[in-house]
Amino acid sequence: MSLVVRDLVVSIDGRRVVDGVSFDVPDGARVGLIGESGSGKSLTALAVLGLLPAGATASGSIRWNDVELIGLPDRALARLRGDEIGIVFQEPRTALNPIRTVGRQIAESVRIHEGLSRKDAAARAIAEAERVRLPDPAALVRRYPHQLSGGQRQRVAIAMALACRPRLLIADEPTTALDVTIQADVLELLRSLVTEDGMSLVFITHDLAVLSQIATHAVVLEDGRVVESGPLTRLLTAPASPVTRGLLRDATATLWRPGGAG
Amino acid sequence: MTRYALTRLALLLLGLFVASALIFLTLRVLPGDVAQLIAGVNSTPEQVEAIREGLGLNQPLPVQYLTWIGGVLRGDLGTSLLTGTPVVDELVQKGEVTIPLGLLSMTVALVIALPLGVLSAMRRGHRDGTALSVGAQAVAAVPVVWAGMMLVLVFAVWLGILPAQGFPRSGWDDPAAALRALLLPALTIGVVEGAMLLRFVRSATLQATGEDFVRTAAAKGLTRNQALIRHGLPTVGLSIITVLGLQVAGIIVGAVVIEQLFSLPGIGRMLVTDVGNRDLPMVQGELLVLTGFVLIVGFIVDLVHRVLDPRQREAE
Amino acid sequence: MTRPGWFRRLWALSTGRFGIIVVAAVGLTAVVAMFWTPFDPQHVDVDERWLPPSWPHVLGTDGSGRDILSLLMAGAKTTVWVALGAGLVATALGLVLAALGALTTRWVRESVAVLVDILIAFPVLLIAMMISSVWGGSLWVVIVSVGIGFGVNIARVTRPELRRVLHSDFVLAGRAAGLTPFQNLWRHLLPGVAPVFIVQLSWGMAVAVLAEAGLSYLGFGAPVTEPSWGLLLKDLQAYISVHPLTVVWPGLAITVTVLGLNLLGDGLREATDPTLSRRTAAARIHQPEVIA
Repeated sequence: MSLVVRDLVVSIDGRRVVDGVSFDVPDGARVGLIGESGSGKSLTALAVLGLLPAGATASGSIRWNDVELIGLPDRALARLRGDEIGIVFQEPRTALNPIRTVGRQIAESVRIHEGLSRKDAAARAIAEAERVRLPDPAALVRRYPHQLSGGQRQRVAIAMALACRPRLLIADEPTTALDVTIQADVLELLRSLVTEDGMSLVFITHDLAVLSQIATHAVVLEDGRVVESGPLTRLLTAPASPVTRGLLRDATATLWRPGGAG
Repeated sequence: MTRYALTRLALLLLGLFVASALIFLTLRVLPGDVAQLIAGVNSTPEQVEAIREGLGLNQPLPVQYLTWIGGVLRGDLGTSLLTGTPVVDELVQKGEVTIPLGLLSMTVALVIALPLGVLSAMRRGHRDGTALSVGAQAVAAVPVVWAGMMLVLVFAVWLGILPAQGFPRSGWDDPAAALRALLLPALTIGVVEGAMLLRFVRSATLQATGEDFVRTAAAKGLTRNQALIRHGLPTVGLSIITVLGLQVAGIIVGAVVIEQLFSLPGIGRMLVTDVGNRDLPMVQGELLVLTGFVLIVGFIVDLVHRVLDPRQREAE
Repeated sequence: MTRPGWFRRLWALSTGRFGIIVVAAVGLTAVVAMFWTPFDPQHVDVDERWLPPSWPHVLGTDGSGRDILSLLMAGAKTTVWVALGAGLVATALGLVLAALGALTTRWVRESVAVLVDILIAFPVLLIAMMISSVWGGSLWVVIVSVGIGFGVNIARVTRPELRRVLHSDFVLAGRAAGLTPFQNLWRHLLPGVAPVFIVQLSWGMAVAVLAEAGLSYLGFGAPVTEPSWGLLLKDLQAYISVHPLTVVWPGLAITVTVLGLNLLGDGLREATDPTLSRRTAAARIHQPEVIA
């Protein structure tokens, strides 16, 4: 179960926002996509799942288990989404449907792919809520998103993404919008779930400090192009590109010790 | 929730008050003289004066206003200056035509706008989506009168399957005939209003496609269209409810003109005649009822919207 | 609009281009009609009644032998006159109400806001009926009613913009730099508010054209002595079964003009607002009521 991206190009209104990006995510690997805002990281992730915004087109090659995803009809991609590839987005405030209970939203994933009945799916939703360490899961699943805190909402999003045990998880800046005090918890949750299941992970962020706690390899992007890539330890100790060096500088500005132990 | 309802109710009552005052004041600012109109050209000043006294026109304005409002609250909207029949009776009788017309028109508008609006948003960028959007723009620009004329041409003159004018004397005793008479008028208003509503539905749907939670739904395994329909549309529906109030105003206005075109004995046509005759009590009563109706619909729409949106409910 | 080149952007949009062309065409026709029409629009010629499109009557004649093309051209004058007049009234009223609603004391602001919200519910046609029953019908009735109806709408949409700009950093900086309120207004408030305002104006004029057509049709608009597209519709209605083509012309004229103004408004909105996504749904989606 591997993801192979070759020469991915994403254009919006004629402009190339992702300009020939290539990287590999072997089975069980944890790869970071890192760069400043506007470097094209999110769009790369969205292109994998066929969730690009209106007006954006993708070309090049994205192969998942040797199946070419670019050009695949939406119906086929939908079968992969949630089932084999899951995604968690950055903004928990807007990522959840405001007029449905969180339990129903978690249950939707399993109902789509595993065909569970409403009752079974509801029970499963509670189990998934428990798995992401949400407090009092049985009561919480009956609440609406606006009744939960930001951190709780993000856990719900993770539960939705992982409910069907996908082989690859894409996390698009999952902790950036959270309170600093909660970031570490959520990050820790992600790491344990990923390693527990042996999932592959693509972790997108602009913060090397965060990445160092969860990824083993990294791909550095600038203006839609890959400027450097390799094992994270090498990038942290001997960065070759000025972009990487800049990111390192930003990361060390916050409290952080080399070696990855947060 | 109750606090919200009470505030809206207070605003509604304030609105009704302001509306009634405005209607009353405007109609009292007369360069001419109603009494003179009624008395006729060859009347003596004494006759005119007698009529003025009889109509209470010599009282100070606030007293006249309060008399009128007092009557309204008792259900008495005054009597026609020309025919002497009570305004309320006329309204009820003409309402038999206008209310079904309004309901039919609204139905037509919704049936056209909802599916086509969503479709044109889903097919954005494609030929058919653009065609729908442009088509809706064009139809929304058509004056309702002209639309009516064209439809009459096609269905009444050339095809001869629907009446070009009139409403059966027997009223609703023969429901089939009554419906046939209202069909073309309702279609006219409904199509033009529907075109306007379609553009709104399209816009709201497009906004829904851009919503993050719709994207999340697709990320779980729904196709993008499924995600839009299952998760985006309810929010679209909610925002459409707010527009319904405006739609009602549009339909009322459309009815006034269309009733004239199709010679339907409804409230709109009555209003036009009464304005022409300067029959003030009638005009006052009709305007009050129509604007009051719009305000009340707005009030109900606000409450319904509030009830349906769990976010709002929780914000208390 | 301080950004230069908005016109070029407008022209680049298909909506903007269509709108500009239509509005220019109608305006031009009106101006030309002030000096010349193929025939005197009011010239009655019993021998020339109901001619089909032919030379010299390019669009044919009506039941009184009047040349339809000339009637249409002269009608354009009325349309332009009403649209501009209503636009002016709406502008004045809208700005005054918006200013009152944003710039004065709390008590005045709140009452104005409530007043505006109530007035919004008054359909333009009903306002026109109200005024007509007192003063009789005339083009002024149309102009004033649409002016009020849309002026209130403009006020409602412009007020939040005004408040937003009022509290923006530019304006505060201007005040701090010692600009007089008037200079501040000119340099910062107006350009900030102008985009939203001008879009509303365009749509408002579309409403005015429809209102004139409807009210003239009902007899409360243009007097019989003034050529008007709405009046034409009324005159030709009775003969629709025998001479259907004649009705098409005035109706088409109205539709195209309204469409042009609407599209111009849409195009202006896109061309002048780089932060389109920030606008609320209400301001983005206009709902002009059915007038006629």
